Amino acid sequence: MNFSVALDLFPLLSGLLAATTCALLGNFLVLRKLSLMGDAISHSVLPGLVAAFVLAGSRNSGVMFLGAAAAGVFTAVLVEIIKKLGRVEPGAAMGVAFSVLFALGVLLIEQFARQVDLDADCVLHGQLEGLVWYGHPETWRDAFTPQSLAGVPREIWTQLGMLAGAALFVGVLFKELRIAAFDAGLATALGINASAMHFALMVVVAAATVASFEAVGSILVIAMLICPAATARLLTDRLATQVWLSLAAAVLSTVAGYTGASAIPALFNLPAVSAAGSMTVASGVLLVVAIVAAPRYGVIARVLHRRSLARRVLIDDLLGVLFRQREAGEPESSIQELAAAMPGRAVPEAVTLATQAGLVSRAGARVALTEPGIERGVDIIRRHRLWEHYLVERAGFRPDHVHDPAEVLEHLETSPPEGPVADPHGREIPSPPASS
Amino acid sequence: MSPVLHASRTKQASLAERSEHSEHNPLSVHAVTVAYHRKPVIWDVDFDIEPGRLVAIVGPNGAGKSTLVKACLGLVPRAAGQVEFWGGSYATSRSRVGYVPQRESVDWDFPVSALDVVCMGRYRKIGWCRPVSRSHKRAATACLDRVGLADLAHRQISQLSGGQQQRVFLARALAQEADLYFMDEPFAGVDAATERAIVAVLRELRDEGKSVLVVHHDLQTVRTYFDDIVMLNMRVVATGPVNEVFTNENLHKTYGGRLTLLSEAAEAVARAGAGAP
Repeated sequence: MNFSVALDLFPLLSGLLAATTCALLGNFLVLRKLSLMGDAISHSVLPGLVAAFVLAGSRNSGVMFLGAAAAGVFTAVLVEIIKKLGRVEPGAAMGVAFSVLFALGVLLIEQFARQVDLDADCVLHGQLEGLVWYGHPETWRDAFTPQSLAGVPREIWTQLGMLAGAALFVGVLFKELRIAAFDAGLATALGINASAMHFALMVVVAAATVASFEAVGSILVIAMLICPAATARLLTDRLATQVWLSLAAAVLSTVAGYTGASAIPALFNLPAVSAAGSMTVASGVLLVVAIVAAPRYGVIARVLHRRSLARRVLIDDLLGVLFRQREAGEPESSIQELAAAMPGRAVPEAVTLATQAGLVSRAGARVALTEPGIERGVDIIRRHRLWEHYLVERAGFRPDHVHDPAEVLEHLETSPPEGPVADPHGREIPSPPASS
Repeated sequence: MSPVLHASRTKQASLAERSEHSEHNPLSVHAVTVAYHRKPVIWDVDFDIEPGRLVAIVGPNGAGKSTLVKACLGLVPRAAGQVEFWGGSYATSRSRVGYVPQRESVDWDFPVSALDVVCMGRYRKIGWCRPVSRSHKRAATACLDRVGLADLAHRQISQLSGGQQQRVFLARALAQEADLYFMDEPFAGVDAATERAIVAVLRELRDEGKSVLVVHHDLQTVRTYFDDIVMLNMRVVATGPVNEVFTNENLHKTYGGRLTLLSEAAEAVARAGAGAP
């Protein structure tokens, strides 16, 4: 796409500012399981806007901002009250608060402010495309001249201020926010009042919502309060890293969404779609990618982990069978014999895998343990029989009931406690291999 | 003399009248009542803790043990009564009081490491708005070492076993370097190794002259682990040294439902409250 300073710079910048501000604060909402709070606040600012308009009699942006911020804080308080007095779960309290307040806003508009042009579409998607830089500079050197700066839309200044405020809030109070979210009891006992921290966070979220949504619309605000933080949560186990990753996710979805809004429809000869809507979709897509592909918590990682575990169990079980055969004086077994000893298991695959790992050797259809295979077989049988001993002696299982549980337990990383030299069935518990 | 001053003098006097109250005692609980939705949970509770003692709070489920701990720390509002720490208010003694909440009270999926959690015990020493410095991290690591978890300092807390999580909480309390500790069921659902580790740490704390108040469930171990006991069932049934107070008669009073009349009265209070405008 062709980037135009006049037409593209501020819509993109406004999206970036909104996304990073919301993502920063969203980390703490997601951790406190209060993700819906952004939704609640962004809806319930409507009656605040109308009330401010009616009381002040103008659409002065400062007054509207105050009205909306007050409504945001009021929502947070109302949610607490409903939760406490109504004895309902937080989700229900937030749902009740925002739907009722939003409806109240609609009623107030009908009653007092019919003449005001409050476009529902604009509330949802904002007016990013309207952020044109009138009198934009021709070169970067002219960007900071008075007449260039005079053309910067007011929304950009508001959002810049808001991002600075949110960054200051999270940066300075990071440790306090963390302990209040993790352990409200200890925080309060230490003198860091957890409910005061909660309301401070709600005030900042309300302010961020109001500062952002005029330009980018409520859908993007709600999404950015949740998606980047949720994406980042899947990628790391450290809060500080999570905050940085959420900012990266916010930037990525904004840029991808803004570019995609015109580039993707252009592929099909269609007109560009709403940039804010497109950024919202991008943040959702990014979350889905993280759910599927995150290194530890992702679906792919879990499937791979489960498969490697299943393979290990399969090989171990094969080695166990071969070792028992060996004890019985049969150092070699045929694939058919093994299949009979391991009903329903993929014996040929197990033999192939174990051969590749150098644990068994094959000669035609005959399979035998190699030296490393014997060592590992000793370990497995030892664990199995020690677990059997433990289950009988300590856990009160009957001796004829312990084989199946021990088949499971032998694969655990947790080692069974040491025991005698014979298992409950009188079989020898082999000593550990000399190397270990 | 202003009435306010006069009132506070009288309050002080009423505390001082009881012989066991002293400024040397880490904790003096006097006539504390806590109610949820107007129903008393603990009612007119009195007891003292002396320095260098391990004290168990025992009582049946719903006896108000956790509530009593939270009321002392100002985490639930008191309907009546006073709690004094070394003869002063909690606000002036915060840095000398450590707290171990119930393990289930926090979200163990939270993205923090064991060391991060232990550092939280030092937040008051670090002060508002300041990052955790290297020396505080070192102190926290030493506390983890004391409970045998130095190797797991950087592990995310959800990857610890239940017993290890409880030991992280204990290490966090140690990091507070307090003189009086409140521990809410530290022995609940832990393995034998963790139980031994906790008992060892409790004894070390006592030998350093510190006192620990432990909400405890296992009556079998009361005699071996603790010096003093508070037997609670909405009221304090008995309090004092374990070998004097921990008798069958008192156990029967605590657990035997002798207080049904009081429970009924509490229900009646709650109903009257609900019916009132």
